[in-house]
Amino acid sequence: MDRRESLRTLLIGGAGTSLLLSCRLDEDTDVSKLTDIKEREFDYGRTPAEEARDEALLEQDFYTDEEMKTIIVLSDIIMPGDGSKPASEAGVPEFIEFITKDIPSHQTPMRGGLRWLKNESYKRYEKDFVDLSKEQQIAIIEDIAYPEDVKPEFTQGAQFFSRMRNLVTTGYFTSKEGVEYLGYMGNKPNVWDGVPADVLQKHGMKYDEKILSRSIKPEERNDIEDWEGYEI
Amino acid sequence: MSFQIIEQSPKYDVCIVGSGAGGGMAAKILADKGFKIALVEAGPNFDPANPQQRTQLRWPWESPRRGAGTMRPFGDFDMAYGGWELDGEPYTRAQGTEFDWFRSRMLGGRTNHWGRISLRFGPLDFKRKDFDGKGDNWPIGYDDVKPYYDKVDKLIGVFGTRENIPNEPDGYFLPPPKPRLHELYFQKGTSKIGIPMIPSRLSILTKRVNKKRAACFYCNQCSRSCSVYGDFSSSSVLVNPAMETGKVDLYTNAMVREVITDGEGNATGVHYINKEDLKDYRIKAKVVILAASACSSARILLNSKSSVHPNGLANSSNVVGKYLHDSTGSSRMAFMPSLMDRKRYNEDGVGGMHLYTPWWLNDDKSLGFSRGYHIEYWGGMGMPAYGFGFNMENLNGMVPGIDGETKKAGGYGVELMKDVKRFYGSLVGMAGRGESIPQEENRCEIDKEKVDKFGIPVLKFHYKWTEEEVKQAAHMQDTFEEIISNMGGMALGEKPGKDSSYGLENPGRIIHEVGTTRMGSDPKKSVLNKYNQAHDVPNLFVMDGGSFVSQADKNPTWTILALAWRASDYLADEMKKGNI
Repeated sequence: MDRRESLRTLLIGGAGTSLLLSCRLDEDTDVSKLTDIKEREFDYGRTPAEEARDEALLEQDFYTDEEMKTIIVLSDIIMPGDGSKPASEAGVPEFIEFITKDIPSHQTPMRGGLRWLKNESYKRYEKDFVDLSKEQQIAIIEDIAYPEDVKPEFTQGAQFFSRMRNLVTTGYFTSKEGVEYLGYMGNKPNVWDGVPADVLQKHGMKYDEKILSRSIKPEERNDIEDWEGYEI
Repeated sequence: MSFQIIEQSPKYDVCIVGSGAGGGMAAKILADKGFKIALVEAGPNFDPANPQQRTQLRWPWESPRRGAGTMRPFGDFDMAYGGWELDGEPYTRAQGTEFDWFRSRMLGGRTNHWGRISLRFGPLDFKRKDFDGKGDNWPIGYDDVKPYYDKVDKLIGVFGTRENIPNEPDGYFLPPPKPRLHELYFQKGTSKIGIPMIPSRLSILTKRVNKKRAACFYCNQCSRSCSVYGDFSSSSVLVNPAMETGKVDLYTNAMVREVITDGEGNATGVHYINKEDLKDYRIKAKVVILAASACSSARILLNSKSSVHPNGLANSSNVVGKYLHDSTGSSRMAFMPSLMDRKRYNEDGVGGMHLYTPWWLNDDKSLGFSRGYHIEYWGGMGMPAYGFGFNMENLNGMVPGIDGETKKAGGYGVELMKDVKRFYGSLVGMAGRGESIPQEENRCEIDKEKVDKFGIPVLKFHYKWTEEEVKQAAHMQDTFEEIISNMGGMALGEKPGKDSSYGLENPGRIIHEVGTTRMGSDPKKSVLNKYNQAHDVPNLFVMDGGSFVSQADKNPTWTILALAWRASDYLADEMKKGNI
């Protein structure tokens, strides 16, 4: 089972697991051809070398299932959703799995950080982090979530949490759900005609006559420029 | 294993090596004049409208790394195949020196991702030595190039405004877009301290210049190369029409090893390695134009040794590879409390800043350094990509929350999500791009030991900034802080100090490297004459940035284009007269 599928399994839980597994374990039926026929998950104008590297990374696992479960829980603690989907449903764990393989400098701090968290969980509660109650989880997180205000015994944990916060935040806000939540309005053909009037007013700004007279007028944008009478 | 060089059968009038700004322009002008041309490109064919190559209008989640710069240094969606490191194509640096060499291998080269900042050099920029006694003058002046700048403006299109500023010559400008909100804040800040800020001059079509290219639709993604050709890239704007003449044969994935010469030392063509079948080929031509980028062209010349040219081709002066210089760069970021909690609207605009600061202190002799810089600005509610939202702990403890309470920096949960939203669009930044003084010792030469995977000897770089550039960077940093405080911002991070040379980037990082085959009137001190023609080899030209005597604080592309057009006109005349 490759990482993409095992992640899906971890995310959807028990029932899904048995369904996926039963399919793969049926040795009498060669389903490999069927499962190979899939549209490329990522199709974004790659060169052949780039595509090959993406594919190779997607086929590898970095995190163990146990680590991945912790990442899923942490993702939802950091970005639980705010009238929007939580991080685990916005593709954040999948992104973290990929980026850790893609940027190897994340590997040791992430692996070690997850281990730090596990150790801390056992020290306090004799259980793994994912098996703690919500209150217990938050008690640990509170100790490592504020790097300027952290007790000496938690500084390494705070380092790890800051990295985790970076990855979850960037993963969330670069997902479809996150971009919608953020309210980014661009990435589509449009016509820029300056800052909206109410925004200018709110900020005490205005376009002076010189700017207005010289700037492009939207209705002229499709005209072919005529240099007749233009002097420099 | 037999070694054989396969001869391409047609003999061409002109063989052009490289399809970027210089090579594309030469191909267009000479094809229009009816010459039969071989255009040789080391990378693959490329068209931003090809859905298999397009990155424009893609979303961050279409990339598994959300656009991070692992594969392409400026991120997954940037349209430069290549970077500062290429697989199997190393380069080396002399100990204690720094140079980072950016190469892009594709039709159109680096013009597919560049900033479209299209500034003319001014009268002073060609004659700086007359003004400050340093470096060398160009053998030509602004008046020699002006007619070609005019033609380039009209052919390609550039927006801007006529400002009548000395040494910032006006051109044939399309109307500029209105400034964005953060740019108005910048303008407010700069005007308080007497620093000018004027509409940018970018080769982006706010209006159309012909029927084949559509107007800009304001997606802010010029770095991804425009699928409607609404900005300038050599492949879309020059090579495409050149191909349509039927006069150009395009050779892609063709890595040129050397220029071939005859017994008298004249160029007879080029020898290249086809990257697909790994065989060696030869193209014969009456004239060879190198436009492979300043350092690549120097490398080809230095590797083209023969009994007539034991020192490399066109190198009796021993100047090939020397006087390598890049623009300086230093930058700073700031946080603008008044730009928090912004109303959302689409402010993508064109790909790049709508306003910029041209160098304003030409007449100030008390600065402690000689050459100037311009300032580029960024900010706004842009599309998130990998890195977005990083280091919130450095921001969200700086100002009171919506409830008026300043909270602990960092955090998690719904509060953190709301913070990311609040701070969106409140970060701005600026970067200086300055002129350095070319030094003979700053150079590239052939490494005596290493070859690349094609067996071609590689370049070794020697480059050190001088005190001039360091002092200029210090001035940039002081200026940035002054601007930030006057616009109501808070500078982020530590101010770069002496220990980091005031944030001065390594040479090569600004990707304006030029000067390696400089032009001049004295064949003992220069490689090319004032028409980009090799002093030693009349049927050999270099039409990339290699010909520059000095790189002003202006970005080099517009001048490369103008000089390539001028040199192509000269070349055509000489061929007609039978001189070549």
